[in-house]
Amino acid sequence: MGSAEQISQLTIDGLMVGALYAVIALGYTLVYGVLQLINFAHSEVFMLGAFGGLFASRALVPDGGATPSGLASAGLVLFGLGVGALAGATAAYALERCAYRPLRRRGAPRLAYLISAIGASLFAFNLAGKEFGRQSVPVPELFTNGTVVTVFGAEISTQSLVIAASALMMLLAVDHLVAGTRLGQSIRAVAQDAECAGLMGVDVQKIIVATFVLGGLLAGAGGFLYAMTFNASYTMGFVPGIKAFTAAVLGGIGNVRGAVIGGLLLGLVESFGGYLFDASYKNVIAFAVLVAVLLVRPSGLLGTRLGRPA
Amino acid sequence: MSGLPHQPRLTRLTRLPRSRRVRSLGIACFLSALAAVITGPSGDADHPLAGITGSFAWPRLIIFVVAALGLWAALLSGGHLASRGRALSTRARAAMMPSTSMPPAPGGDGAGPPAPAGPLRRIAAPITGRHGARLGHLALLAVALAVPPALSTAAQQALVGEIGVYALLALGLNVVVGYAGLLDLGYIAFFAIGAYTTAYVTSAEAMPWHAPWQINPFFALPVALVVAAVAGVVLGGPTLRLRGDYLAIVTLGFGEIVQLLANNADGVTGGPRGVFGLPPLSVDLPGVRYSWGLNPLPYYYLLVVLIVLVMVVFGRWERSRTGRAWTAIRQDEVAAEATGVATIRMKLLAFAVGASVSGFAGVVLATKQFFNPQSFGLQASLLVLTIVIFGGMGSRLGVVLGALVLQGTAFLLRDTVPPADRFIYFGAVVVLMMIFRPSGLLPPRRHRALPRQDVPGTPAVPAAAGTPLVGAAVGATAGAGQDSALAPGAAPGPGPLPAPGSLRTSGPPPASGASPGSGAVPGPGPGAGAGPGVGPGAEPAL
Repeated sequence: MGSAEQISQLTIDGLMVGALYAVIALGYTLVYGVLQLINFAHSEVFMLGAFGGLFASRALVPDGGATPSGLASAGLVLFGLGVGALAGATAAYALERCAYRPLRRRGAPRLAYLISAIGASLFAFNLAGKEFGRQSVPVPELFTNGTVVTVFGAEISTQSLVIAASALMMLLAVDHLVAGTRLGQSIRAVAQDAECAGLMGVDVQKIIVATFVLGGLLAGAGGFLYAMTFNASYTMGFVPGIKAFTAAVLGGIGNVRGAVIGGLLLGLVESFGGYLFDASYKNVIAFAVLVAVLLVRPSGLLGTRLGRPA
Repeated sequence: MSGLPHQPRLTRLTRLPRSRRVRSLGIACFLSALAAVITGPSGDADHPLAGITGSFAWPRLIIFVVAALGLWAALLSGGHLASRGRALSTRARAAMMPSTSMPPAPGGDGAGPPAPAGPLRRIAAPITGRHGARLGHLALLAVALAVPPALSTAAQQALVGEIGVYALLALGLNVVVGYAGLLDLGYIAFFAIGAYTTAYVTSAEAMPWHAPWQINPFFALPVALVVAAVAGVVLGGPTLRLRGDYLAIVTLGFGEIVQLLANNADGVTGGPRGVFGLPPLSVDLPGVRYSWGLNPLPYYYLLVVLIVLVMVVFGRWERSRTGRAWTAIRQDEVAAEATGVATIRMKLLAFAVGASVSGFAGVVLATKQFFNPQSFGLQASLLVLTIVIFGGMGSRLGVVLGALVLQGTAFLLRDTVPPADRFIYFGAVVVLMMIFRPSGLLPPRRHRALPRQDVPGTPAVPAAAGTPLVGAAVGATAGAGQDSALAPGAAPGPGPLPAPGSLRTSGPPPASGASPGSGAVPGPGPGAGAGPGVGPGAEPAL
């Protein structure tokens, strides 16, 4: 293993990527908690959110112009996050409406939902490829990226800081929402027992929509953050989607705090594993983690469901 | 699955007609706008809105406004019909309620049902029975043998080869998805494994890594089959213990990993350049000497042989104890386990069988002398899945037809639809099929697998072969002629995926316009031979 600086740097990088995984993983976990279904099209929600934020910031920051600074930067980042989140929420709503609700009305078997979601995913990312081009597109520079502080020899860039701060805020907000608000209470009630929650006066249909939209907001904003570092492209959702799912399973699917812990942990494992083996095998490492978790402890680290007290 | 919420019937009835009209208009506008964007011009990253604005440019706008209005009208009238049908089916169900609680004995002793059973059944048999299927198979085989040599261009001849490969792949995936009800999203990885295994054992030059001795490509068939099956068991072992969703995501990841390894492991697979220079298939026996060259047609005929072989084997398998175990798992895993089906072993078997067929197809791909990792992407897996969904999950003839229709349509439209845009349509096909016709183009005839003698008298109404128990039971036991005449039209079966354990409501209303088909196509319901417990729409589940 390398020096202390390297360890520190790998940790910082891992936590940064891990925070993004955690943000996406929340969408999987929330929907899973409520419907007991893996939302296979969540990765496309993420991708559409990234494009939403990207085009919004492109509209405000012309190519070749000066890089904004100070308050303007902060405003632009927030604006991009907001538009990304809105795009993600719209996509998630449309998805629920078109690919899930008709099946739910019919009382279709589980397999039908999975297939319908994967069809919607295929549809969405190829349509995005057609409309937005099939090359990868960078987000314009919204701030001057430089080293802000050095921790144990590791350089923390502005970008990492922005991503970490935004992700942290979102995670805290969701945790508060699920644990401490009326909406969160309804979500937990539906997750525990949909039928019973319906009898107690919870509008189950509305809660399902709200859950999808909440997951979409997070994934959309997360997509914009991801695109800041890794650019946006129509297939960008696929790999982070699988990894975020891994993170959700690692922490215990259906568990909000578990998703956060799983995301951060997966980010670290990937970062160190990529250093030990080769960066191109990062995906293999994440996949190995998924299979290992399923083999050893399929309920995940925290293992509780959304409906039970976390 | 815990019971998913359903709208209470009351709200459905009290909804204002006006709001329904507005809603239908909304749906119609949304769908035709979507269609306009899908078929419209493309944009790019610098002009992300160009595609969308171009889709609604002047002459197109008119077309899609008209389309939206037409769709609206269709939805309104369809909705009207559907609500009437729903009322009828409710009445039929109400009429049936007392009768189902009775034992079927009164119908069985010959007193109950009127007896047109014999002759009518005999007349209907050639159309709907086994003979019909056999005729269908033979006709398809004749077309498959006769048409390709008549095709003129090389592109067309390559197309039939492509259809053959995808038909074979779809037959394999059909075992996993259609029989056992498992979702495999990395199916093409086994295709890759088959192809690379072939390269490994048949050629010393094609890949950097090769076996110490080389064998004839024909012997690669069993080798690839075994290797792919082992890969399937290794992958399925840890995941099949868990719920089906996990298998889907693990296979999704697995497919990605296999492609990644094929691409990155230059020293083993040859990397992104691909593998070429494999020896073609050849027969070298005393007296018979033949080598498959560059011409696509001989490969096509080889594929036809393999497809027929696989179809025959799976047909036997489907009707065996194993096939019934798969059906039981698909319909309700918990119940299957409770009745003594070794669910994990059976799921693993289905998964391994699917994988081995995919590996089998990989050999054919490899012996065409060239392939590269790009052939093994996610989209290829999803294309095979689309074919299975479109053709009819669980129906062998259906998936072969699905491959033919989808690939053929894609070929015919190759000038108007860019190949990269095809998958938009495939995705839409999958979602629409799941919503409106989950049983696919040609639903499987599931009722045959069930013992006939259990429900005496029920085959009395041949038309009921495609309908759930509602019609048959009413006709047989209640003798309410009027209702039994209404029932077949009013309560079409909800699809080939009756998972009684997952439904808490009784007969779900049919989606408008979703009525599965004509009398000639036997419907998805277990129909005539079904025991009372399996009628998907008829019985409140477990």
